[in-house]
Amino acid sequence: MSVRAETYTSGFSLKEWIFTTDHKRIAVLYMIGSFAAFFVAGLMAMLMRTELLTPGGTITNNPTNYNVWLYFHGAAMILGYQIPALTGYFANYYVPLMIGAKDVAFPRLNALSVWLFWMGIVLALLTFVIPDPPDIMWTGYPPYSIKTPGNTAFYTFTVLLIGFSSIAGGVNFLTTIIRMRAPGITWGKLNIFIWALMAAFVIQLIFVPILGTAVTMLSLDKYLGTNYFNAAMGGSPLIYENLFWFYSHPAVYVILLPAVGVLYEIVATFTRNRVFNYNGVVYGGIWGTVALSGVVWIHHIFVSGMPQWIIIIEVFTTLAISVPVGILLIGLVGTLWKGSIDFKTPMLYATGFLFLFLIGGLTGIPNAMSSIYIHIHGTQWIVAHFHYVMAVSVTTAIIGGTYYMWPKLTGKMYSETLGKLGFALFFTGVNLTFLPWLYLGYLGMPRRYYGYSQFPQFQPIQQFITFGSYIIFLGALVILISLIHSLIKGEKAPQNPWGSKSLEWTHTQSPPPPGNFTQPVKVDEDWDPYGYNK
Amino acid sequence: MGKRSVKRLVGLFSTPIIFLSSLVYAAKMAGPEYTTPSEGWDELWRELMIDIVVIGVIFAIVTTYLLIKYRRKSPNETGSATKLKPIAAFGWVLIPVFIFMADDIYLGLENLIHWRDFRNVPQNAYTVEATGRMWGYEIKYPEGITTQNEMRVPVGRPIQVTLQSSDVIHTMFIPDYRVKWDMLPGTVHYLWFYPKEAGEHVFTCTEFCGVLHSGMYGKLIVMPVDAFNKWVDENKPKGENKPKEGGAV
Repeated sequence: MSVRAETYTSGFSLKEWIFTTDHKRIAVLYMIGSFAAFFVAGLMAMLMRTELLTPGGTITNNPTNYNVWLYFHGAAMILGYQIPALTGYFANYYVPLMIGAKDVAFPRLNALSVWLFWMGIVLALLTFVIPDPPDIMWTGYPPYSIKTPGNTAFYTFTVLLIGFSSIAGGVNFLTTIIRMRAPGITWGKLNIFIWALMAAFVIQLIFVPILGTAVTMLSLDKYLGTNYFNAAMGGSPLIYENLFWFYSHPAVYVILLPAVGVLYEIVATFTRNRVFNYNGVVYGGIWGTVALSGVVWIHHIFVSGMPQWIIIIEVFTTLAISVPVGILLIGLVGTLWKGSIDFKTPMLYATGFLFLFLIGGLTGIPNAMSSIYIHIHGTQWIVAHFHYVMAVSVTTAIIGGTYYMWPKLTGKMYSETLGKLGFALFFTGVNLTFLPWLYLGYLGMPRRYYGYSQFPQFQPIQQFITFGSYIIFLGALVILISLIHSLIKGEKAPQNPWGSKSLEWTHTQSPPPPGNFTQPVKVDEDWDPYGYNK
Repeated sequence: MGKRSVKRLVGLFSTPIIFLSSLVYAAKMAGPEYTTPSEGWDELWRELMIDIVVIGVIFAIVTTYLLIKYRRKSPNETGSATKLKPIAAFGWVLIPVFIFMADDIYLGLENLIHWRDFRNVPQNAYTVEATGRMWGYEIKYPEGITTQNEMRVPVGRPIQVTLQSSDVIHTMFIPDYRVKWDMLPGTVHYLWFYPKEAGEHVFTCTEFCGVLHSGMYGKLIVMPVDAFNKWVDENKPKGENKPKEGGAV
């Protein structure tokens, strides 16, 4: 496992970026790809919200346009933005630096990962060019996805490419974390982010092949005439729903765990405090979530006709998820205790998370209860809930985490004023959008609706939500401007602007040189990434 | 901490959970205050909202307090938390487990009562057959009548709707009765509700089914019994005088 340390030529070289095997550059490639997906999928959200200003056609009279926007929004936000941003961009940048390694275990496999991911992104973006774009939602349920004139193969291959990228990443990072920690970094001294990422990759390695199987069967049914999901020939569409959610519920934790991990790093650094109950968080919170992740998928299909016994069992297992997730949240809030909190931009995002995730988590409890679920399944309640718990909460981690690592990544400081303004707009916008959205769902407004002429009474709430979403978009623009502003005008960053105790800040300059550390890292026995107060 | 004391602790915490939850469960089984599944749903929803708002407010207050109290006062200040003692670390896992599990088991058991109400159709139900297609509903009545995107039912009697699909997955969702179920090709599902008053309601599709998914809806008309019987008489196909089993009163 010898790692060839690259040297950077001075100035920009496209060839160097394309053939790079350096984890820091691969992280940047992941960042650009995932942020591009985020931006385009965000534009789709704006189009959809504008469309919903009136119950009929507003900006398009063809519902298929709306359905394609919605397909792209969902698929790109989850598969193109959140999973790659956390398990590609953050994982690549942090893992070798936090464990004191020169690079990942298999740098070339790493390069393959990022380019597979980019191919997936390009394939997804082709949605807007091909004449028969997929309109099957990110769930792709048959028989519709088989009967549609839309091109389901694009969905299948996007998922497969990003899935392979993820599997390669999982093998690579698990090996790196297990084998390449610097001398002295024992399991009890690992950053929480590293633990969370390991958990996420274990989930990916177990469950991604199942999603891959499901979407492959979909294309076999559509293009080669097999009948896995064809009820008329003895198949069942319910098989797909099970396979899909058997992956896609654990996928929520693939996203959530690393996001929470990043927030632990931010909170520990900006409170200059030890993580509250480290062992409880790691073994109870993180691995407890992994243990339950594979036995809760039925709550997505409570009203699809599953047998009673499994519904009754999974009501309880799904409710039990509140236990490890509660421990994770208690650990994060507990880290504030006796801390010294500095409300820099990353810490503001972490603070925002504490409240947004609270709403997101608690509005998940009704979804676990099958009889309550009968009414709220397929309504905007579900949409608002997972936007709180996944979309918005995890985005606080991705944006906050980006501000946090920005000085290390670029060697430049960002403007606190712009950073804080961006946060204020984002936080106000998401609550103005998603609180009324929850209420709309409770009233019975179904999701995936291009129009709502049967519910004209909901128009005022829909309009309010749309204006709220424009504020989020404004916030996203300010965030983008602040990052570009920093690249152009930012002051030079010191090695450790936050006064963190974690390796990536204490042992290498900003940005780190090729090979990360000028001399091999070795830590003392009393070293601790959170050792602010001995 | 030895193995025995761990066991003792687990026993100590689990006994009251089981005891309390079964007490509540027994009380609920004895006398529900509601009469229809949708009223039961509203009742459970109210309880649930109180439950999550209380938890949320406690968390939010503690968080806000800590955020204000531990602001950084001087640039070189560091946090002063020390490593938790093993017993405290254990407690900070076990006590939340106890509290959350108690709440979860309570909610889960209560859910079962309502689930039973939603899934057990009363004997005297009036049954109509609904078939979903892209994009509309066809309703068949036991008297041989067929309507499109319109479902007429008598007031004051449980209504069962059997659900089928002729192409892709659809759903029948009646928001006012808090009830929905998927219409899956190849299987027959059902839902039921109890209309207490005459009136008009919407039923609509909540499983994405293509271009006109959002245009797939119909009108549910709950009619006084006399008017309903009259409507049946006027519309039933000629030559068929005997209503089938489960037909109109």
